[in-house]
Amino acid sequence: MFEFFDVYLLEAVISGILLGGVLALIALGLNLIFGVIDVVWICYAELIMIGMYGLYYFYSVYGLPMWIAAPACIALVAVLGLLLHYIVIQPLLDAAPINQLLATGGVLFFLQSFATVAFGIDFRNLGIRLPVLAIGEMHFSFARLLAFLAALAGMVVIYLFMTRTYIGTAIRAISQDRQIMVLMGVDTKRLYLVTSALGGALAGLAACLLVLQYDVHPFVGLSFGPITFLIVVLGGLGNFIGGFVAAFVFAEIISLGGLYSDLEWGYVLAFAFFILMMFARPQGLLARRS
Amino acid sequence: MLKLDAVAAGYGTFQALFGTTLDVNAGEAVGVIGPNGAGKTTLMRVISGMIRPWSGAISMEGVDVLAEAPHRIIELGIAHVPENRRLFPRLTVEGNLRMGAFTPSARAKFAHRLEFVFDLFPRMKERRNQLAGTLSGGEQQMCAIGRALMSDPKLLLLDEPSAGLAPVVVQQVFELVQRIRSGGLTVLIVEQNVQQVLRVVDRAYLLEAGNIRASGASAELLASDTIKQAYLGV
Ligand SMILES: Nc1ncnc2c1ncn2[C@@H]1O[C@H](COP(=O)(O)OP(=O)(O)OP(=O)(O)O)[C@@H](O)[C@H]1O
Ligand SMILES: [Mg+2]
Repeated sequence: MFEFFDVYLLEAVISGILLGGVLALIALGLNLIFGVIDVVWICYAELIMIGMYGLYYFYSVYGLPMWIAAPACIALVAVLGLLLHYIVIQPLLDAAPINQLLATGGVLFFLQSFATVAFGIDFRNLGIRLPVLAIGEMHFSFARLLAFLAALAGMVVIYLFMTRTYIGTAIRAISQDRQIMVLMGVDTKRLYLVTSALGGALAGLAACLLVLQYDVHPFVGLSFGPITFLIVVLGGLGNFIGGFVAAFVFAEIISLGGLYSDLEWGYVLAFAFFILMMFARPQGLLARRS
Repeated sequence: MLKLDAVAAGYGTFQALFGTTLDVNAGEAVGVIGPNGAGKTTLMRVISGMIRPWSGAISMEGVDVLAEAPHRIIELGIAHVPENRRLFPRLTVEGNLRMGAFTPSARAKFAHRLEFVFDLFPRMKERRNQLAGTLSGGEQQMCAIGRALMSDPKLLLLDEPSAGLAPVVVQQVFELVQRIRSGGLTVLIVEQNVQQVLRVVDRAYLLEAGNIRASGASAELLASDTIKQAYLGV
């Protein structure tokens, strides 16, 4: 085993925290959608994949400056989220949950195939080389640090939105009592659309942060989609705080597990941990006592 | 002010109201009494838009209520304190009150209305940052009524405000209803607590199995044999 102040250990812990930030952002988006609309967007990671292509095209192909390209990418995915709700979810609101799940699953395959046809299966990246930060003997990529800080900033913005605005308060209220929203004068249909756009915008932000670090290809969603579902389930579906905590728990497991051999082992450990937890706490990490 | 004409309503294929006709004049307090399952709550829901009637007409100050989208009915000046209070348990007291002021016109006077509600319920001011789910039963009822008052309504619908409360608190709730009335608000109140409610309302309707069986001034009803035998236990 290692000594307490092992630099590799410390590096892994910090890497885990950096990874956790982006995972928490994605979990927040999924939880927002689930909490308000009561559906799970199985295709969430694929929306992010489209967003990654979006930034790639805006920035690398069309040559837009980053300060335009990134907001444009966020807006693009927000519109996609809106369309997803309007076209797929809204007609199925009263359908059985399994049908909603199958429908968003269908969108997942649609987006993958669409990306394959439209963009090809080549791996692409922005071609930005951000420096590596060296602190003592530890090394962190600047891109990851930037992604972590931006994810944190995104979550703070959402937090302020949820606590300071009427729409945000309604978003928190609706999961607590759906039927009486009409008595408050809330148009639930419109609230769903706003939430879908917001969930899309969060996916767009995550896309910008991920494409800074990783290549994009039509199946890139598979490399982080499953783990984000484990996170929101373990955090308790619709539970924002639970999702936030679970994101960092999983990120640490992946990062520390990766210390022993490679990162793939970290994922194996994370999934094993999930299965164990499902036996121990099936309602999620921070399940509410009810 | 409020007029219901031959309103029929139900759930799925189950009919709960069979052509209810009722009216409430401005400034009045009107009671609806009746046994469990009579359709009292359904009546309130139909007025506030929680469910849509199958047939019939509802108007508020001459405006066709059923022509409005359900979430816009509150803008006609109708606020509904639902059965079992239905607070948002994981929002603070202030969060709940904020939800009561969700409509654009109510938002504009939020500070003013908040002051009004806090004057009416100083306890709510003390507890403004407490989660609504942790309030006592009586406090929850205050919060629920406060939430409805945030929209500055003309007509307040109260569905069994005294249910599940300790006798002392029940007394306070009825005193409160009286105070709200004297402030000029029109009130339509559903109660199982027949004796007490007939003391605070001007008129009442007796609803049984989805039909209005009797109606009249409170004093008349208190004296009537049907009511005495069935609801007052004398
Ligand atoms: N959501 C619902 N779905 C189906 N049936 C319902 C629903 N709500 C009420 N009912 C039925 O409609 C009838 C009238 O119910 P309602 O709640 O209006 O009665 P109530 O007079 O308010 O009774 P209580 O005094 O118990 O509150 C009852 O038979 C009830 O079982
Ligand atoms: Mg009832």
